[in-house]
Amino acid sequence: MTKIMLRGNESIAYAFKLARVQVIPAYPITPSTLVPEKISEFIANGEMKAEFVPVESEHSAISAAIGASAKGVRVGTATASQGLALMHEVLFIASGMRLPIVMGIGNRALSAPINIWCDHQDMMAQRDAGWLQFYGENNQEGLDLGIMAFKIAEDNRVMLPAMVGLDAFVLTHTVEPVEMPEQSEVDEFVGEFKPNYVTLDPDKPATLGSFGFPEHYMEFKFGQWVAMERAKKVIDEVFKEFEEKFGRKYRKVNPEFVEDADIVLVTMGSMSGTAREFVKRMRGKGKKVGLLKITTFRPFPKEELIEALKGVKVVAVMERNISFGFGGAVYAELGATFANLKEKPKIVDFIVGLGGRDITFNTYQAVLDLAEKALKEDVDEVNWIDVNKEAVYKAEGLQ
Amino acid sequence: MYEVRFHGRGGQGAVTAANILAIAAMKQGFYSQAFPYFGVERRGAPVQAFTRIDDKRIDLRMNVYNPDAIVVLDPTLMAVVDVTKGLKEGGIIIINTSKKPEDFDFPGFKVATVNATEIALNHKLGSQAAPIVNTAILGAYSRAVGNVKIDYILEAIRENAPAKKEENALAAKDAYEKTVLGW
Repeated sequence: MTKIMLRGNESIAYAFKLARVQVIPAYPITPSTLVPEKISEFIANGEMKAEFVPVESEHSAISAAIGASAKGVRVGTATASQGLALMHEVLFIASGMRLPIVMGIGNRALSAPINIWCDHQDMMAQRDAGWLQFYGENNQEGLDLGIMAFKIAEDNRVMLPAMVGLDAFVLTHTVEPVEMPEQSEVDEFVGEFKPNYVTLDPDKPATLGSFGFPEHYMEFKFGQWVAMERAKKVIDEVFKEFEEKFGRKYRKVNPEFVEDADIVLVTMGSMSGTAREFVKRMRGKGKKVGLLKITTFRPFPKEELIEALKGVKVVAVMERNISFGFGGAVYAELGATFANLKEKPKIVDFIVGLGGRDITFNTYQAVLDLAEKALKEDVDEVNWIDVNKEAVYKAEGLQ
Repeated sequence: MYEVRFHGRGGQGAVTAANILAIAAMKQGFYSQAFPYFGVERRGAPVQAFTRIDDKRIDLRMNVYNPDAIVVLDPTLMAVVDVTKGLKEGGIIIINTSKKPEDFDFPGFKVATVNATEIALNHKLGSQAAPIVNTAILGAYSRAVGNVKIDYILEAIRENAPAKKEENALAAKDAYEKTVLGW
């Protein structure tokens, strides 16, 4: 195993190369453009044997991915933001057809206003598309989750497509050290893709993705539900096998300093790193604060969250997405996770870092201050941090 | 943790310089991280890039607000950008210029100068109108700051310069020797 300096986008490209992805249909979009660029380079240099399909849009990219996957080969692609939004209707076809496509996402805000920087709105808007969703904290996680995504997605108990999100620029364009596994080790780990479904074959004609009448449609959807539930166990198995083979530990949820914590910050993606530094500082000051990073958002790791947050008084959910008219997606799901339990923490939502607004120690301090207040009294359920509220109130005619 | 901010103009290679410094630091045994100021880049517009260097894993993801050193690839930037913004007291400023450190007035900071433009042109890097100074300036960084040794800078340049690898390495070595320290 060697350590090399990689940008997050290159982590995804290397994951595809090491997993011996056979077809990559892709359309470039900031900030994930380097993924198809790097893969084209690998193919041109003879380092990777794969078919790169330069398509005319993201809609076509995911459609071509479906066609290739239906042929029974390993398929990967990458996109971000508006590109992922353009794929929307097709994403449901990939999951409905149970095709284990893996897609790297450079998590970026959605327009308007046009913004190329980081938040999780793009992937959150695809929450219900039936894809597995993983969020990486750093470029090592991008590579590792990228490799593991194929093994999870292609497991016969799962057969669902998967997205691996890396934060726009904060990871996609940041160079940092990444442990690169040997090709032989990855070959052994991921194995060759052998489809267990009827594939497109001119010699054995079959119809794929056909009509589903009311008599049958719901059974297909229930099948996806069952697969997503089963994926929980498969993810654990794959994470464990990866740890045994490569020595790096992955969990659907990653609690740190939570054992005696009164307040736990829940994070996803790159913000978790700065949060860890902040929590360490607070621990140094004797504050009982912990951190819980969510790596797997779909399937939502209810059981692990209930277990990890047992006895915690206030859960401060920090998220880079917003569902207007309710709150953040993680807050909503975490609330629902605890809804029927007698013992539950107070859950407070914090909307942070939309459109690339920097998440700094001041952000965490503001969150912690409100969470500490919530220990003693009621606070707002949904709190926007680092926002010039006065300017907005004025513009909206509220002042 | 040592934090560096690079000031350049789009097309000068400030982002590549930050990346190569991070690679050199890793080769020397440090943990490192490099990233551009996440902007929409245009040729000629002021750009910033950052490098973090530490002896333990770097978890920090926020922007660099209080750098330990500043690298200025284009001296004309100093008229339009406050290059010392947030620079720690006693911090180092490395400037590509034909002037000497004493020609600059930066109280509380240390100034090092190098004529990276002339060195780049001597090694035929870029054109008269747009010399590529990013590798030469890294030689000056190594001399002025000292935490990343010149040999690792040269190795990182040879492996990562997109073209003229040897010329770029020689420019860095040349700049290392010609850097004038104002302290």
